[in-house]
Amino acid sequence: MTVPDDGLAYPGFADPVHDAQASFRAVLRALARPGALCTVATPPAPPPPLAPASAAVLLTLVDADAPVHLPPPFAGLGPWVAFHTGSTGADIGDAAFVLADEWPDLALLAAGTDEVPEASTTLILQVPALEGGPRLILRGPGIEATQTFAPLGLPADFAARWAANRRLYPRGIDVLLCAGSAVAGLPRSVTVLEAA
Amino acid sequence: MVADPASPPADPAHHARAAWIGLLARAAPAELAACLDTAPPLPDFALLRGPQTGLVMLRGRAGGGGAPFNLGEMTVTRASVRDAAGRIGHATVRGRDAAHALAAARLDAALQDPGRHAALRTAVLDPLAASEAQRRSTLARRAAATRVDFFTLATQR
Amino acid sequence: MAYVAVKGGERAIDAAHAWLAAARRGDGTVPSMQTAQIREQLGRAVDRVMAEGSLYDPDLAALAIKQAQGDLIEAGFLLRAFRTTLPRFAAALPVDTAAMRLARRISAIFKDLPGGQVLGPTYDYTHRLLDFSLLEDRPAADAPEAGAHPGPAPRIPDILGQEGLLEADIRSDAEPFDITRAPLAFPAGRDARLQGLARGDEGFLLGLGYSTQRGYGNNHPFVGELRVGEVDVEIVPAELGFAVCIGTVTLTECQMVNQFAGSKTEPAQFTRGYGLAFGHAERRAMAMALVDRALRAEELGEALTAPAQDPQFVLATCDNIEATGFVEHLKLPHYVDFQSELETVRRLRATAGSAPGAGPPPGAVPPDEPP
Repeated sequence: MTVPDDGLAYPGFADPVHDAQASFRAVLRALARPGALCTVATPPAPPPPLAPASAAVLLTLVDADAPVHLPPPFAGLGPWVAFHTGSTGADIGDAAFVLADEWPDLALLAAGTDEVPEASTTLILQVPALEGGPRLILRGPGIEATQTFAPLGLPADFAARWAANRRLYPRGIDVLLCAGSAVAGLPRSVTVLEAA
Repeated sequence: MVADPASPPADPAHHARAAWIGLLARAAPAELAACLDTAPPLPDFALLRGPQTGLVMLRGRAGGGGAPFNLGEMTVTRASVRDAAGRIGHATVRGRDAAHALAAARLDAALQDPGRHAALRTAVLDPLAASEAQRRSTLARRAAATRVDFFTLATQR
Repeated sequence: MAYVAVKGGERAIDAAHAWLAAARRGDGTVPSMQTAQIREQLGRAVDRVMAEGSLYDPDLAALAIKQAQGDLIEAGFLLRAFRTTLPRFAAALPVDTAAMRLARRISAIFKDLPGGQVLGPTYDYTHRLLDFSLLEDRPAADAPEAGAHPGPAPRIPDILGQEGLLEADIRSDAEPFDITRAPLAFPAGRDARLQGLARGDEGFLLGLGYSTQRGYGNNHPFVGELRVGEVDVEIVPAELGFAVCIGTVTLTECQMVNQFAGSKTEPAQFTRGYGLAFGHAERRAMAMALVDRALRAEELGEALTAPAQDPQFVLATCDNIEATGFVEHLKLPHYVDFQSELETVRRLRATAGSAPGAGPPPGAVPPDEPP
């Protein structure tokens, strides 16, 4: 017989401590080296439609004090996220993290304040791939000269939208792009140009 | 008999389960293990989460009945399992005893099985409830022995 | 001011730690102490370390006391450090102290209160004479038992509140401030104040509470009720969606009752200060209740005249882990700091000496006036 399990059939990390540490290290590197592809430790069977990297980032960063907002198509993941991270959800403007599969209106997310810029939302953006898309040129802290970054799934006017976020500095949204088992970071400090 | 929890669940179907989860959590780990030795074997299981040790923030109320405040934390250990029949059991217990949490989670799953429930109640829940009632009775009887009636004396002038 | 690192001394530090371990063990011909002995036989020390370490775990508190050679502040520090290594799974539902399974329950203001006066295991009526029989390893006598069940023992505000003579609690389920998650800002709410007091240094709270009795802050308190016993801890796990008990803890609760002359909006009545502490900790709960009441002075429109009424003073200094860290860090190397101050003093003296007749440099302390 089967018993309803609210998505609990999908496990978390196989080795919670070490997998979370390895993934945290990868996320740290992704934000320190904007646009670099960093491999995370992934859970054995992430619940659909989560990519392994998105699942790893949630399991690593989200907890009861740093809740995640789950808009469609991820809204059904609530019980799995609550069970493994302790986050029971938050409104989009109050969440420490927002998980999305398309670029949201950043004005809806908390950008922090000039006094407490770290009280901002981190966007976890699940995209089809981190390579093979339109080429972007990144400049800024963590990049010696320029870094090329070409993810799929960003809006056509991404550089202009990012410029609006960049102008808020030191406020602003940090972004972790996830595809497959890799993550790439776009911290608020980076400047994005469309490749000529 | 298993005492009802102080905040009974809204859904009456959860009453019995909340009662046994609480009894298993309050049990002394050694006593729970001894009961399991005499009980029918529990089904095989897969771990869904834990056993892992963490914290629960305890809360009081200002004045005893007002707005909540954070009193301080407590160590707890939790575990969740799915047994061979697909039943899911959860446990969170005070302290850092992983075996206690795991046994309580496996029992929570098995007690949901109508085919196992009666035998496990006899072998585990009833003895634990009896010894808890005994402990509480001893506390109450010792307290009763120190009950005092003070008399005020009128001043003699 | 920046800190400047020093390096070196590893071998000396290792040797110091090894000696510390030997000193902790003491005379090897005396049996080593088991932590279970500390937990069972030094329960009041365990309770104090749990309260000031802000972690309810009698086994870990006993270990910390052993490791710290009985230095209870150092032991509390060890518990605080340990708790930072653990994730927080949940916040419990507020404990229901009215449902406490009582070991002790007394009132100094009503002798015939419903549920009765229960002395419990108290030192109150001991003669404070050293008991030399404890030098021998003799089994303790069994505690007597009696059949008369005390029956329900409602909390004092639930009894006295009926007439409106005693300030009532305003029940709410607002999410409380957490001083372990967000920096304390002033004015601090009562939730933040109670959390800070609950883990404050017992000696400091005792001194502050005592100060309110000695005229520093107008206060004439009575113990409305003091109760010690077991309560159930409940959480609502997300995966279950209903409340379950996860264990029991022993707590001490104090309702301190104070006369209140009334204000423009409130009639004369009795107000209350509240204390709640881990374990059997009457002095702590009473001192906490006195200070809680004193800190409500502004809210109740009373004159602010004393240290115990100043939330910023009390909350910024009552934490003995913070206090010991800041005081004791003074013994660590400050060679560069001191060198720079030495240079300043030399320069000031040189300036004063090279200009005879000139006044002292700005900021220097003037000499006493001649009579």
